[in-house]
Parts: sequence; C-alpha cells; structure tokens
Amino acid sequence: MSALAATTAVLHRDLRRGWRRRGDVAQPLIFFALVVYLFPIAIGPLPETLRTLLPAILWVAAVLATILTLPEVFAADHADGSLELLVTSPHPLALLVLGKIAAHWCTGAVPLMVMSAALGTLLGLDAATLAAIVGGMALGTPLLALVGSLASALTVGLRGGTMLLALITLPLYIPVLIFGTLAARNAALGLPVAAEMFFLAGLSVLALTLTPFAIAAALRARLG
Amino acid sequence: MFKRFHPYASPKHFHRLAQRLSPWLFGLSAVLFAAGLTGGLVLAPADYQQGESFRIIYLHVPSAWMSMFVYLVMASAGAAGLIWKVKLGDIIARACAPLGASFTFLALATGSLWGKPMWGTWWVWDARLTSELILLFLYLGYLALQSAIEDRRAAARAGAVLAIVGVVNIPIIHYSVVWWSTLHQGATVSKFDAPSMATSMLIPLLLMALAFKAYFLAVLMVRARCEILAFEQHTAWLRAELSDERTS
Repeated sequence: MSALAATTAVLHRDLRRGWRRRGDVAQPLIFFALVVYLFPIAIGPLPETLRTLLPAILWVAAVLATILTLPEVFAADHADGSLELLVTSPHPLALLVLGKIAAHWCTGAVPLMVMSAALGTLLGLDAATLAAIVGGMALGTPLLALVGSLASALTVGLRGGTMLLALITLPLYIPVLIFGTLAARNAALGLPVAAEMFFLAGLSVLALTLTPFAIAAALRARLG
Repeated sequence: MFKRFHPYASPKHFHRLAQRLSPWLFGLSAVLFAAGLTGGLVLAPADYQQGESFRIIYLHVPSAWMSMFVYLVMASAGAAGLIWKVKLGDIIARACAPLGASFTFLALATGSLWGKPMWGTWWVWDARLTSELILLFLYLGYLALQSAIEDRRAAARAGAVLAIVGVVNIPIIHYSVVWWSTLHQGATVSKFDAPSMATSMLIPLLLMALAFKAYFLAVLMVRARCEILAFEQHTAWLRAELSDERTS
C-alpha cells in the first residue's frame, strides 16, 4: 500500500465514522447556534447594535465550537489503540495525520460554515458581509483545524485535556480571528476584502506545510 | 567547538558548573543593578515631555526585551533536547518558562503603570501590549502543559514542540496585531546609528538590560539545579554528589 493510499484510507475511515455518528457531529453545531443566540439575549433586542456585532459573534462562536471538537481528532483513536498503529506504521506519519485532519475539517468546519450562512441570513446580515464571513471561514478554518490538531496531539490522553487544549490553542488562533473579522468589517463598509482573504489563505497554506510535521513530532513525543 | 562544550551538557557537570557560577552571576547582576539604577533614577535628567515618570523605562524596556529573549532561549533549549536528545536542553527549557512568564508579567505591569499617567488609562488595545499579553498566554499554556504531563521527559518533549510552534507564531501574531491596531510609541533604541534618546538616558538603560540578563542567568542556574535534582533523582551520580555535600 502506498503512502497516499494509506492517507486516503485514513480519510475515508474517519469520514465514515463521522457519518455513522451524525449526532456527535451535530452537537458542536447546536453549541455554535446557542452561543450565537446568547448574545442577543445578553445585549438586548437592539437590531442595529446586533448587526454590527454579529460578524464578531459568529467568528468567536465558531472558534469556541472548533475548540470543543478538537479532543475528538485523536481521542477515539487513542482510546482504542489505533493511534499507536498509525504512529508505528511505515508510512510518513505527517501524511496520515493530514488525512485525519482533512476528515475532521470536513465533518467540523464545513457544517459550521453552512450554519454561519444560515444564522447570518436569519439574523439579517447583508449578502456582502455574509460572503466575507463564510469566505473567511473557508480560508481560515484549515488553519484552525491544523493548529488545533497540534494541541490535540500534545494533550492526547491527559486528564482535563479540553481546558488545557483551549489554553494552548486560543492564543494561536488570534491571527485568524483578526483577519476574519476585519474582512467582515470591511465588507460591511463596502471596502475590498482581498487583502484579508489573501492573509487568511497564506496563513492556512503555511500551517498546511509546517504543522503536519509538528503534529507527527508531538504524537511521537506523547506516545513514543 | 561542540566537543569542547559537550562535557558541560551532561547534567552531572552542569550541576557543578551552575553551583560555581551562580554566586558570581548574582554578584555581577547586583553591581549592574546598582550602576543602572543610580544612573537611571538619579543621574539621568527628567524627560522634557514625560517628566520623572519616564524613569519606569529602566524596568519596563529590559523586562520586555527579556520576555522575548527568554522565549527564544526556551525554544532553542527545547529544540536541542528534542532533536539531539541533549538532556540539559530539556532541563534549561523547563527552568526558563516561569522566568519568562514573570518577565512578561513585569513588562505588562510596568507598562500599565506607565500608561496611566501618559495615556490616561491602565490598558489600551494597542498592538505591542496585545502581543505581549498573548506572549504571556503562550508562556502560561506551556506551563499548564508541563504540569499536566507527569513524566518529566515526556513533558519536556511535548513542551519543546509547543515552544517551537510558538516561536514560528510569535512574529505572525505580532504583525497581525499590528495590522489590527497600533498606538504604542515607536522603538527608541533599535535605530543604532542615531538612537532618539540622550546618551545619559541610554547608558543606564543598557546597563539595566545587562543587569536583567545577568540576573536571569543567575536565577536560571539555581532553577536548573533544582530541575536536575528532579530529573535525575534516581541516578547514582546524584546520590554520590549529595552524600559528598552532606559529609563535607
């Protein structure tokens, strides 16, 4: 079996597992919607204030929902021992890990983008702002998944891992949050958003090239 | 060169070296602190705009420099431990983390005290302040990871990965925050050809920077010895060393 075939096998297995546990995949979405609805309740029903805050609320809620899904990247495989098989397999671990993260992105980030579009429309965002938010998420969430998986690998099998994971991950998420919300703010004012989009894409590509190796090193450090 | 330093990279020899060096380093830092503080608080003239309150620069700027320097030391030591399996690297990295976090906290606290009379507020959402705060969170995340993993070697390896990722991320975070907002005064000292600062103010600042560095090294030696005691607690050499100390 070639390394690429092994990676696709990992990807397919994780996607199939996500499909079979649709309820678990839906939970972060429900959490996301709940966090978004907490803000109008806390701020009060002021449509103008809410419309200016909504892009930021959507982004922060998406980041929090992503963090809650992160332990799942490696936890199940660690519990049943298949993670150790991945680590000891003859194929490059960085590539196999990339398959897992791609599956995690498909089951976590893609539904989140759909949900953001739906909630944004429902709460009255204009089309340009909404496009900037969803486009920004499409370009920024790969970085969230990659950097988050690194923290997930570092904390795999630790007690109280989720809180620790959030502490490690949130500072590293700040650039994405900055460029994502700036794009939305610019779009709301009718300004071009290309620069922020390019930054998000560039950061994601950088993460795509470097983090798989760091994740492989982290898994070896934790399990080796 | 590597061969020459190699014996000191073993915990056993470093333990002795650190013991011998730390009093000298403490002495050096005391002398430098005395010189720097006299120069800064007594001899340097008051600033024409900021008055006497500019003098907090002598604590603020060195601790801000140290906050970044210590992170680099921590990540390099961690990388040495991770890649070349240098035990001393793991020990130094772990010993650095609380020191770096303290310097970062000191930089933030003094900056906030300076900001109150100058900007009229304790905190502003300025790029440098924000990235310094994020640096503090990176240190705290590292410390939290270290305390969550019980086995010290495993903790050191995981921490090294995190510190290296942090080093790659710090410039990205810094420039994205700069893109986001900036209000902080520009760098004063980095322009080496013509610093925008009088020599009588600059020299105490550089003395203070050296004093901080000497103090960091002195405390690092003490902390590293404590870490060596914990890392090597079951080794024969350490037991022999300790019983030697007890009898002498």
